[in-house]
Amino acid sequence: MNHFDPSPKLSDQIRKTTCYMCACRCGIDVHLKDGKVRHIEGNRDHPVNRGVLCAKGAAGLMQHLSPARLRNPLRRTGPRGSGEFAEISWDEALDLATAWLGPIRETAPEKLAFFTGRDQSQSFTGWWAQQYGTPNYAAHGGFCSVNMAAAGIYTLGGSFWEFGTPDWDLTKLLMIFGVAEDHDSNPIKIGLGRLKGRGAKVIAVNPVRTGYGAIADEWLGITPGTDGLFILSLVHVLMTAGKIDIDYLVRYTNAAWLVDQDPRSGDFGLFLRDGNGTELVWDRNRHRAVPWTEPGVKPSLHGGVNIGASHYRPVFELMADAWLDPAHAPEAVVGRCGIPADTIRRIAAELAHVAFEQEITLDRPWTDFRGERHETMTGRPVSFHAMRGISAHSNGFQTCRALHILQLILGSVETPGGFRFKPPYPKPVEAHPKPHFRVTPGYPLDGPHLGYPRGPEDLALTADGTPVRIDGAFTWEAPLSAHGLMHMVLPNAAAQSPYPIDTLFLYMANMAWNSSMSAKAAMDALTATDADGAYLIPHVIVADAYSSETVAFADLVLPDTTWLERHDCISLLDRPIGEADLAADAIRWPVVEPGRNVRGFQSVLLDIGTRLGLPGMADADGNPVYADYADYITHHERRPGIGPLGGWRGSDGTAEGRGEPNPDQLASYIANGGFWTREIPEDARYFKPWNEAYQTWAVETGLFDKPQPYAFQIYSEPLAKFGQAARGHGPHQPPDHLRPRLIEAMTPLPSWYAPFSEPTDASDPFPLYAITQRPAAMYHSWGSQNAWLRQIHGENPLYIPGTLWDAHGFSEGDWATLTSPHGTITVPAARMDAVNPRTLWTWNAIGKRPGAWALDPDAPEATRGFLLNHLISELLPPRGDGHRWLNSDPVTGQAAWYDLRVRLERVPARTRATPTTPPQTSPVPPAPALLRFGMET
Amino acid sequence: MTSLPATTERSLGLVIDLDTCVGCHACVTACKEWNTSAYGAPLSDDDPYGAAPSGTFLNRVHTFEYTGEDGTPKVVHFPKSCLHCADAPCVTVCPTGASLKRVEDGIVLVNEDDCIGCGLCAWACPYGAREMDQAAGIMKKCTLCVDRIDNRNLPEQDRIPACVRTCPTGARHFGDLADPESSVSQLVEKRNGFDLMPEQGTAPVNKYLPPRRNEEISILAPLLDPVTDGAGGFLGWLDRALNRL
Repeated sequence: MNHFDPSPKLSDQIRKTTCYMCACRCGIDVHLKDGKVRHIEGNRDHPVNRGVLCAKGAAGLMQHLSPARLRNPLRRTGPRGSGEFAEISWDEALDLATAWLGPIRETAPEKLAFFTGRDQSQSFTGWWAQQYGTPNYAAHGGFCSVNMAAAGIYTLGGSFWEFGTPDWDLTKLLMIFGVAEDHDSNPIKIGLGRLKGRGAKVIAVNPVRTGYGAIADEWLGITPGTDGLFILSLVHVLMTAGKIDIDYLVRYTNAAWLVDQDPRSGDFGLFLRDGNGTELVWDRNRHRAVPWTEPGVKPSLHGGVNIGASHYRPVFELMADAWLDPAHAPEAVVGRCGIPADTIRRIAAELAHVAFEQEITLDRPWTDFRGERHETMTGRPVSFHAMRGISAHSNGFQTCRALHILQLILGSVETPGGFRFKPPYPKPVEAHPKPHFRVTPGYPLDGPHLGYPRGPEDLALTADGTPVRIDGAFTWEAPLSAHGLMHMVLPNAAAQSPYPIDTLFLYMANMAWNSSMSAKAAMDALTATDADGAYLIPHVIVADAYSSETVAFADLVLPDTTWLERHDCISLLDRPIGEADLAADAIRWPVVEPGRNVRGFQSVLLDIGTRLGLPGMADADGNPVYADYADYITHHERRPGIGPLGGWRGSDGTAEGRGEPNPDQLASYIANGGFWTREIPEDARYFKPWNEAYQTWAVETGLFDKPQPYAFQIYSEPLAKFGQAARGHGPHQPPDHLRPRLIEAMTPLPSWYAPFSEPTDASDPFPLYAITQRPAAMYHSWGSQNAWLRQIHGENPLYIPGTLWDAHGFSEGDWATLTSPHGTITVPAARMDAVNPRTLWTWNAIGKRPGAWALDPDAPEATRGFLLNHLISELLPPRGDGHRWLNSDPVTGQAAWYDLRVRLERVPARTRATPTTPPQTSPVPPAPALLRFGMET
Repeated sequence: MTSLPATTERSLGLVIDLDTCVGCHACVTACKEWNTSAYGAPLSDDDPYGAAPSGTFLNRVHTFEYTGEDGTPKVVHFPKSCLHCADAPCVTVCPTGASLKRVEDGIVLVNEDDCIGCGLCAWACPYGAREMDQAAGIMKKCTLCVDRIDNRNLPEQDRIPACVRTCPTGARHFGDLADPESSVSQLVEKRNGFDLMPEQGTAPVNKYLPPRRNEEISILAPLLDPVTDGAGGFLGWLDRALNRL
């Protein structure tokens, strides 16, 4: 032990910034030595991760040093998809982009389709697209989990995702639905650890028992697509037993609001309102309709009343009609969900017990928006979390809504022990924009692209009823598609429907591979040509830091930096970080220089904007308004005094939330560890939508401009409006073939219908389900270039339930062939018992195209790894009715990739999974054959 | 051939909670990241981007399925690294004295200057916890981050192994298991911590905490009686409930 030093100095400097391996956006301490990254660990002060990091974050070093990093701008020289490129200068690259984008802006800006993937700068990229003037912008939410987001916003004014959190300190029972590794991953893991530490119960509902389910006290291996049935059965049992929080429903939800129930009325299904537009309830003491917001109101929950020419009933009575129905009894749903009836009854009893017998009362006075003072805060310590397992189905929107209803009848949203929002949420639908899509060549769009339609009048349709947007968002096929439909961009662009586009501009979206419904269809669309051999999508620009599958299909590649080499802002104008007790935002900054000829994409986008003369980016003389993205972060104002970052505003840097731009703002962030927080006062931390102190604090902080108390929407009026239109009422009418489906799917109270992939008759050629789960150590395709992570997940067998394994005579080493209505794959197989007996599954996004990500073409990811995407299509199989139906949720357009149905066959072992994709040429130098990181010191 | 100390002043080790570990592998990469730059030779990766990547790791997570007493299939994530055994066969088998157990804290280490890469210690370890670094020809193993835990250049709260510092669920605990008052000893006591493969006679210092059964709520919660059978059915119940508000 001659040379052992117990106190080595590993780094000579620590720079604090923000991770970028997923949407958690954890704080990281980047240790540098001699200007190089040596080590990355979690920032103990950061509100998201409090010092911890996941496997991806802790292997960030290998991500940063990936051999797949692009090095120069590239211009395509071979056929699309070949990966053959010539390196060009930035001037050439930017001239080329400008030459493509300039002319179409002046004539037909919709010919630019700008779609981003796991973009963490959407408030900026959306603004850029708006200034450009195209209606065709979205990130990948429509493919990812928009059902969860939209159902949350329309019901609660916020969603699960990372927009809220179980009350980890106080909850006693947590139920998680369809959550493998998912948003927001480290806070969930930290929280689960805390629940375990104090003996709280965790119930996991998921067809597959992995990570979080493994440590759950109880696991329910539900049949995919039936969560809504299960949840509404819990609602049935709880309502039937009177185990519902009537006081909460009356005060904080629209359970008492009066709904027009006269079928002859033009306003059937809509709320009764006074002259100010405030919804009315029937006061059972005063025997008249009064605004729900009135102090001292005593709303009735049942009994129809005739007012004017119409008949009205309170929402609660409609809830009772719907959910006391024996069709929702456990015994009625057990056959479909795969959860025994007595288990459903027991879970309902446990929820009721914890909610009502173990209620929590905090000695914390507060005042509600009606001016009523409450001496305590009482909560129901049951909490829920859910993600894509319930949302990526064609019935996902209503399933997510149903789960929110379960939370509401238990009185456990925004109360102690329940589910809590993180600023800037909660905020009601009314505080969100509507979709904007009106194009004027040469000018900006009329407003932000993505929003929440309030009714059919907000759809993005032309006068003749065709879609305005290339992805078909906000149409009768996907009315509430609040995140767009990224999965429809390529098929529609290649079909030139509703119109041809000129330039497809992608950022961080691996659309040619795993971020599409069908990888093959995506690649076909990108290479489709007309009779003359010209590509049907004439120009493709891809901005990415790494050599992905999609880069190979670009005509022009704009190489991005890694997340350690550029400025970013994690903005309150975008998706939240922070906690239920505080608002937070954060930055990234170049903690190291790239050493490659690459540029941060957001700065490049500003440069292109200046070259195009876009308003807000170029001044009257054509000079840049912002020198780069850092300058934009510092000086841009979305509203007066409101910019991308809330901390250290004002000329002297002392203002919080609101204030004029501060030129030294970024330096203050860096000095504070890369983030800013603002605590919510103690009396404002629960009951936020109705809490006067919270509303005041939120206005001070700049989250919104005036108090906006609102009621949770058990009954959704926008959905009722679409339903009414589908029944033939009103000026905005859907195509006839869509009417039955809209009536079925857009019920104003949550309902359950079978996923569209269910067989429609007795023959069931595809009797099994096939789904993916995200591995915690690698939850999207980025991980495969990571030398350490790929040793954890280098391939992904198809896991087969033990009963099926035995029934098909599988033995170790056998492979499996899966066939769906759209295709066939043959892949390695493995046995597993902790899985729903009709469900096959595999890890997500492990399979790679040979030659991508700087991997050897014979890497296991390319030879044995596979995607289920080859079995999926963005369209349902033809039904002989003359229409091709989207394989999407009919409410939001969410891609229904979890609806996949298959059949299974045992086959002898192979050497290569099929189908295969021909290799792409790698635009980066070969990767090293040996790594000895740390050797050089 | 190398002797073990009869006793050690402390017995530093890990307590790993199998009831809390979600198998996220954060400890695996945090360990690799720290240790490849730290004590001794780097932890190399052969063919890191190729057809058969193979690297040296000091800590790995294995996943097993089993059927519980209640008949339901369960999944357990099982992190495994050197257990710093009191009776470490990897030390006694070492022909050069490179494998050693420190008297002051019981940490089992390899003095890389003396390691000849013969591999006997890996054969002797019943847990498969040692890995030969193929590039260096030197045996690597968990050091409990010996260059963190006493490192004066680190803030005091960071003087813990990298795997413990990063663990998102807090499933990993570090401390002195020879001290019955230490938090780790108390945890082992309270949660019935157990030795891995005690029949091997290695007296491992590291302990594992078993998955728990948490049935309290199920036992306390009576099945629900319908209110729809009472006077006036559901609406009658509703009126009574409203009047109580």
